[in-house]
Amino acid sequence: MEIDPFIFRLSIFILSIFVGYYVVWSVTPSLHTPLMSVTNAISSVIIVGAIIAALAGSSEKIFEVSNIFGFLAIILAAVNIFGGFLVTQRMLQMYKKKKK
Amino acid sequence: MSSNLSALFYLISGILFILALRGLSSPETSRQGNYFGIAGMLIAIFVTFLSIGNFGPGFIYVLIFLIIGGSIGAFIAFRIPMTAMPELVAGFHSLVGLAAVFVAISAFLKPEAFGLGEVGSINLASLIEMSLGAAIGAITFSGSIIAFLKLRGIMSGSPITFKGQHFLNLILGLAIIFLIYYLCTLQSSNIFWSIIIISFLVGVLLIIPIGGADMPVVISMLNSYSGWAAAGIGFTLENTALIITGALVGSSGAILSYIMCKGMNRSFFNVILGGWGATDQMTGSQEKEQKPVKNGNADDAAFLMKNASSVIIVPGYGMAVAQAQHALREMVDALKKNGVKVSYAIHPVAGRMPGHMNVLLAEANVPYDEVFELEEINNDFANCDVAYVIGANDVTNPVAKSDPQSPIYGMPVLDVEKSKSVLFVKRSLSPGYAGIDNDLFYRDNTLMLFSDAKKMTEEIVKSL
Repeated sequence: MEIDPFIFRLSIFILSIFVGYYVVWSVTPSLHTPLMSVTNAISSVIIVGAIIAALAGSSEKIFEVSNIFGFLAIILAAVNIFGGFLVTQRMLQMYKKKKK
Repeated sequence: MSSNLSALFYLISGILFILALRGLSSPETSRQGNYFGIAGMLIAIFVTFLSIGNFGPGFIYVLIFLIIGGSIGAFIAFRIPMTAMPELVAGFHSLVGLAAVFVAISAFLKPEAFGLGEVGSINLASLIEMSLGAAIGAITFSGSIIAFLKLRGIMSGSPITFKGQHFLNLILGLAIIFLIYYLCTLQSSNIFWSIIIISFLVGVLLIIPIGGADMPVVISMLNSYSGWAAAGIGFTLENTALIITGALVGSSGAILSYIMCKGMNRSFFNVILGGWGATDQMTGSQEKEQKPVKNGNADDAAFLMKNASSVIIVPGYGMAVAQAQHALREMVDALKKNGVKVSYAIHPVAGRMPGHMNVLLAEANVPYDEVFELEEINNDFANCDVAYVIGANDVTNPVAKSDPQSPIYGMPVLDVEKSKSVLFVKRSLSPGYAGIDNDLFYRDNTLMLFSDAKKMTEEIVKSL
């Protein structure tokens, strides 16, 4: 019997939870705020779905209802991607070692 | 681009995201980690464009909207003051949640574009995944908005509770599950809209009973939710990058919530159900008001610290409110010139979000190797001459170790009282968030400095 592709995705999902578990425990507590802002930025990879939604359908009708939701989602995700990565970068620049 | 090839590229961007988080294990590798994250995002976006292969007028609009959103994001990122980081993160979470809702709506309206079947006969699994993604996304959105309003001070930080609140939440939660079940059999769009609306309501109801000082848990929890929402959409779109990222973010937020709860010695449910020590807070406070406290001024504090050999600074939320981090750093510089050894002690739940104090100190150019976590530094208080408590309160309360009756009993606290003398900067003797009187105020070795954190620190700098 063939295995449903859903099971493969579920496997990836569960393994990623474990990877996330071990990776996040190794994050130093002083970087917990940048951790939140960077997880926020990467979860905006949902923009992939937004782009598919925006470009769905025929080229003549660009602004059907489902496309509009896609475009709105693109704006929201783009705010997050740029804002998230840049603010993380800004924070990380500030962490300096003692000058000897 | 073939779908197999693009799936491989999505896997690569997922791995780059893992490396981005891995980089945060130390400040040296963290900047490189952030570049991995950016690279992962670029790959995911380019691969999506190539696999759709539609570079018509719609593509131009996509780019325009991407640039609009990106400029808004970049503008916010450069302008936001570091003290506003908790509300910024809450605001960003709400955007991820809303984006997830929008993508799910779009997939529901036009399933054929995503390969999920036809309107009215969407694949069962896809339907469950997209409605879960939409529901969690909606809860994340409205919950984060409430958290944002509370952190920003637009809405009062005090818990809003009413009778039957938990019962109502339970009913609404069950209603969502029932509606998802009926959605699968009836495929009606009205049910889909109802799920989203009820989820918005649940998000609001879930966050309003939670008070200001519990915000670190709330923010971490919403962080986790935004991940699960992304993963739900990832399953709908059969996209590996989204599934991996969703799982990473989901477990990251869950771990942070756990660390924050442990920092307060409370269970997750205790925090979520809200209302901490509402009954206990009235008991002890009246008779203790009468106890004598030693009152000092900036000159006394400067004298004590100048003649000390080691000083430990204990910052808390009050430092963030007063924006005292720069003045604090000046004070420490002056002390170091006098040969005093200075370090900083940070409690896990100090501030309004995980790592809040560390970012503020880093902003004020405090080297991160002078900043220590609770377990690293707690034994050093016994050998230190002066502890300078600025804007922290409950996390220093020795009652947590001695009084089993106290609501904060068992919470890990900084052993501030063990140092030779304690300087406690506070505006008044009022109890902290937990509503418990701090025993530390009345100790013989405590000198209270009644003033605004920033003003007092600046005055001390002058007298040094």
